[in-house]
Amino acid sequence: MKEDINPGCDAPNELIQKESFLYNIKYLIVGTLFGIVFVKAEIISWFRIQEMFRIQSFHMYGVIGTAVVVGMISLFVIKKLNIKTLNGEEIVIAKKPFSKGLIYGGFMFGLGWAITGACPGPLFAQIGSGYLVVIVTFLSAIFGTWTYGLIQKHLPH
Amino acid sequence: MLEFIKQPWHWSVAGVFIGLTVPVLLIIGNKNFGISSSLRHICAACIPANIPFFKYNWRNEIWNLFFVFGVLFGGFLGTFGLANEADIQVAQSTIDDLRVFGVSDFKNLMPTDIFNFDNLFTLKGLFFFIIGGFLVGFGTRYAGGCTSGHSIMGLASLQWPSLVATIFFMLGGFAMTHLGLPIIFNLINK
Repeated sequence: MKEDINPGCDAPNELIQKESFLYNIKYLIVGTLFGIVFVKAEIISWFRIQEMFRIQSFHMYGVIGTAVVVGMISLFVIKKLNIKTLNGEEIVIAKKPFSKGLIYGGFMFGLGWAITGACPGPLFAQIGSGYLVVIVTFLSAIFGTWTYGLIQKHLPH
Repeated sequence: MLEFIKQPWHWSVAGVFIGLTVPVLLIIGNKNFGISSSLRHICAACIPANIPFFKYNWRNEIWNLFFVFGVLFGGFLGTFGLANEADIQVAQSTIDDLRVFGVSDFKNLMPTDIFNFDNLFTLKGLFFFIIGGFLVGFGTRYAGGCTSGHSIMGLASLQWPSLVATIFFMLGGFAMTHLGLPIIFNLINK
């Protein structure tokens, strides 16, 4: 396992070998399972997010806490046993560089999270669950991302 | 088996599944887990407008778009194929707090008195869809990630900037819930 200290984006594809278009079905399947979990454990619920920010239920803290611990143990095992990707490449973890954006942007996202009851993942699952008006939220989120790209140079980082 | 699947799943089950997404994506294709980057790829693919931030080879990151399409499809399957049979059980204290704001539907995953098309061109829609969505899209990109990229992938790989991000996600959420939402509900209930 090694680190990519200058990743091109935030959730980068670190595979060196090129994958064919259809090969991406793998990620569709993992995403589908992920979306099912989101609905079944009610993570996409606006109420669960309200409970979390009101500290009135342990549910979301349990979900995120367990996920972090499981992810941490998995990465430890990958490192210790020197586990490779299926096609034999060394596993690469992208570095998360520090910037003031983590503070300002993080706070802004938190504000939006509590209003919409959704981080980007649940937005997709909410739409799939038939809350079609969330398409508007989603389009507005895309516009937000686009606006960030437009004024990035003028923001403190 | 199907009986079991049709119940709402315990937080620990969900946590294990979500946590395992990290090594699964790495092992099947050296992909770093993160979802908000999909929004950037969509901008880069559809509306790049000559902005440098959107000029990169998004095709190399197309796995991310397959993944989020899967999340959407999974949401569909989870709701229309394997739906939880009972209504959602919201904490009584949360119900009491939200009733004060005029929220009255606690049966579904989302309060339908907010999240429906009739509210689209009202003050409710402006806050809950337009402004809320904008903050999510702008904030996650400014922070370089969201709950998945920072709070799960970043914390799991022991990167302290992700801890900073997670702390500010939570602070923003607390601020909106306890200071912002009372003002917003006050405005829209006038």
